[in-house]
Amino acid sequence: MMNQIPVLVIMTAVKILLVLVVFLTCIAYTVLMERKVLGYIQLRYGPNRVGPWGLFQPLADAIKLLFKEEFTPPGGNKVLFVLAPIVTAVPAFLPLAAIPFASQILPDSISLYGYKLDLTAAGLNQGVIADINVGLLYVFAMGSLSVYGAVLGGWASNNKYSLLGGLRLSAQMVSYEIFLGLSVIGVLMLAGSLSLVKIVEAQKSMWFIAYQPLGFVLFMIAAFAECARTPFDLIECENELVAGYQTEYSSMKYGVFMMGEYGHILVASALATTLFLGGWQGPVLPPIAWFMIKTFALVFFFIWVRGTFPRFRFDQLMKLGWKVMLPLCLVNILFTGIIIQFLQR
Amino acid sequence: MQMIFFILAGVALVSGGLVVFQRHPLRSALWLIVNFFAVAGIYLLAHAEFIAAIQIIVYAGAIMVLFLFVIMLLNLRQPEEEQRFMHLGQKVGGITLALFTVLLLVYGVCKVVLPPGKEAPAGLGNTESIAKLLFTDYLLPFEVTSVLLLVAIVGAVVLAKSKLK
Repeated sequence: MMNQIPVLVIMTAVKILLVLVVFLTCIAYTVLMERKVLGYIQLRYGPNRVGPWGLFQPLADAIKLLFKEEFTPPGGNKVLFVLAPIVTAVPAFLPLAAIPFASQILPDSISLYGYKLDLTAAGLNQGVIADINVGLLYVFAMGSLSVYGAVLGGWASNNKYSLLGGLRLSAQMVSYEIFLGLSVIGVLMLAGSLSLVKIVEAQKSMWFIAYQPLGFVLFMIAAFAECARTPFDLIECENELVAGYQTEYSSMKYGVFMMGEYGHILVASALATTLFLGGWQGPVLPPIAWFMIKTFALVFFFIWVRGTFPRFRFDQLMKLGWKVMLPLCLVNILFTGIIIQFLQR
Repeated sequence: MQMIFFILAGVALVSGGLVVFQRHPLRSALWLIVNFFAVAGIYLLAHAEFIAAIQIIVYAGAIMVLFLFVIMLLNLRQPEEEQRFMHLGQKVGGITLALFTVLLLVYGVCKVVLPPGKEAPAGLGNTESIAKLLFTDYLLPFEVTSVLLLVAIVGAVVLAKSKLK
């Protein structure tokens, strides 16, 4: 019996890399999808010059961003200015580790050059990088860190608009995190576990959206606010704040902020799919295809809303949060608890 | 495992020290976040995944954001306080007192033998066992804590709104 650990480590690294590459490609094409869909909503064509139907547009965007002038505002904090985009993007990628995208992607054991390799040891056969038993809390923990990018970027820019934008966004995100957490408690009560793999398995007979319609609506509203998307995109209030905390950012630093933003949208969609829409489960098609279809349907919904709704005012945002969302979340938890208790008798 | 613990402990100690030694409050706050992460890692090594996640969500994700918020709103861009002149006697006295306190603390910590904690209910995960203990044996402290927090919230609202009249 040879020592399996190095092989397993390498295989896990390859798996993580694969997921990351697919995710980054998805981010690039989400940007293109947004531009295309918004174009059609507004009776335009959207980008269609680079490649067939504009399919190589993300590549052109990336090259353009790389060659743009890099500007660091004088008087700000240089280290934090560079750190802020990274602090935004990395927490947007990390939740991916706990979100299951398929049931089983490899057999339990494979033979490699005549050696038998047990894949269950490192969970390599599973369609998830790490089945953490507090998976959902892990996802929320990483989500709660993305505020720092906005706060630090706004502060390090040495610009009043940036600072105000950063403060405004952090107030928004700290408030709506609470509702994001409260809106999924119904799902947790039904599944009886924090592990995302177990939550998907619990939806075998029926998706949780059928039992938790209010929970789903509240989750989506909170997710829109967390991603700072229309109708909650108050940081992009051009007439008040120029471009919020991103005002002073240019070149690839701006690009990394954008990657973080679209990464958040994708992760929020994937999480909503996992929690409410049955995850990778579905007939005929392979699990990964179902996962992708559901996730991108929600991404489309994000874009659709952006093309349709006007923006909230900041006091309306806070009123909606604390006077409407919070009571509704609590009522949802209360009724779910009562119903579960009665059904068990 | 042990090596990971020592790395995390080292990070926690160094960042904790930097929290105290930084002159700028914002830098102190940022180093405190690093410290929270190292401590969360140590919780993970102790198989307390729930506590680790809560540590990040509550401390790093919420409380420190509010701290940064306050620091930025107060606009402490430069440490405006000039370095105060200190007498030699003050320095020597302060250092002696600090060393004495550290010695006393180390002695106390070495002396105390902690009784083993309550055994976690068998066959349950981290989150379940915490929940079970919290809602059975420790129900009263749990509820009292929630009342205490409510009192604090009411107090904060009263303090903030009393000026608006």
